[in-house]
Amino acid sequence: MGRFDFHGYRRDNGRVGIRNHVVILPLDDLSNAASEAVAHNIKGTLALPHAYGRLQFGEDLELFFRTLIGTGSNPNVAACVVIGIEPGWTARVVDGIATTGKPVAGFAIEENGDISTIAAASRKAREFMQWASERRRERCAIEELFVSVKCGESDTTSGLGSCPTVGNLIDKLDPLGVTTCFGETSELTGAETVCASRAATPEVGARFMAVFDAYQEVINRHKTSDLSDSQPTKGNIIGGLTTIEEKAFGNLAKIGRKTKYIDVLKPAEAPARGPGLYYMDTSSAAAECVTLQAASGFVVHLFPTGQGNVIGNPIEPVIKLTANPRTARTMVEHIDLDVSGILRRELTLDQAGDLLIDMVIRTCNGRLTCAEVMGHREFVMTKLYQSA
Amino acid sequence: MVQTHFIVHDKADTVGVAVVENIQPNTTITGWIMETDETITLTALDAIPLGHKIALADIQPGDTVLKYGHDIGRAVAAIDRGRHVHIHNLKTKRW
Repeated sequence: MGRFDFHGYRRDNGRVGIRNHVVILPLDDLSNAASEAVAHNIKGTLALPHAYGRLQFGEDLELFFRTLIGTGSNPNVAACVVIGIEPGWTARVVDGIATTGKPVAGFAIEENGDISTIAAASRKAREFMQWASERRRERCAIEELFVSVKCGESDTTSGLGSCPTVGNLIDKLDPLGVTTCFGETSELTGAETVCASRAATPEVGARFMAVFDAYQEVINRHKTSDLSDSQPTKGNIIGGLTTIEEKAFGNLAKIGRKTKYIDVLKPAEAPARGPGLYYMDTSSAAAECVTLQAASGFVVHLFPTGQGNVIGNPIEPVIKLTANPRTARTMVEHIDLDVSGILRRELTLDQAGDLLIDMVIRTCNGRLTCAEVMGHREFVMTKLYQSA
Repeated sequence: MVQTHFIVHDKADTVGVAVVENIQPNTTITGWIMETDETITLTALDAIPLGHKIALADIQPGDTVLKYGHDIGRAVAAIDRGRHVHIHNLKTKRW
């Protein structure tokens, strides 16, 4: 048995979850009301209302399906009920989730109405919930863990303390075979050549640069200024961050000093090259990024914050850490790990990384995060362009 | 250990970061360079809020400002050693 073993839920496809949710997943905005009604009827289930799913097309539609199917497929989800306005796309999501082997069922509202749909879906959700309640945690090895990282409401203490603490964890867990993921394409601006040099091969680095350049084109096409009203954010600026370049170097500290990323993922794309660090093309908006990482199968998230972002995710527990002593003091209900001792030179990065590993293991074993107990369930899908 | 008022990432950096909450003007403050584990002192000329940057050298308009040993933007005003460095005197080179 390894030093970092944890107790998780092993799913039929071999993947390991750390939570045991029964999700009521709306296909589209129209099905939010029925999904929330089912979650109200059947205690312990979790509805994931969202704004999209109608008239999307092309790559944007593919991303939409990848996100919904990936969310239902995440090992933190024991079983899933899908509700859609019509049966066609509902079945596509159900079939996608069914490939994991987990219980999943779909219900369509047309020709039934909300009330009958809610009744039928509630009966199935009741069955799933009681089945899930008898799943048991079992001992799992650390290499079965999938960890994602993304920071938010950063300030200069993020680059000094909380992001390097995450980087220290990655440098320690990468050799053990843990699968990890970072993203935030726009927030690598200024540090992109350093980021490209951290790819495992020149080919992977070139693919990162192609993604980065494509994002710059989007910004150049739509910008009306130097983005200084949005990047850095107003919160970043209050915290002392001045430029996107400065923010980017702090951000990049999350991948440690020596770990190399082995592949470039599309948004919500599942890792397919085995254990290691992956870069995913994501927005830098916190909820969008974490939603994409959860949809690609990551089960626990590390979120360094400076000024105090309060984000959570409905299915992927978000562990928040800060090195800002004021944030640790004034926002205590949002901070799982206070590493402000780094700034006082009372705590080394090595010690902070060990404390974070311990918090990850405790969270995997069932400790609820601050975001979970505070009810933060931000589920925000990324949309690439207008619908048809 | 002497209290650390500011931290510098890299020996080459021209700015450091205040890590205490109330640095007052015209006070001598102590900094720690992480890369080399050196201790330095300088006189703060402005109030520097927690997390905000302080100039470690005299910086001319147009100069590249270094943090993490890297380019984080250009000065748009003269910045004396000990002054507050932020959006009023440092701008991105991007976008």
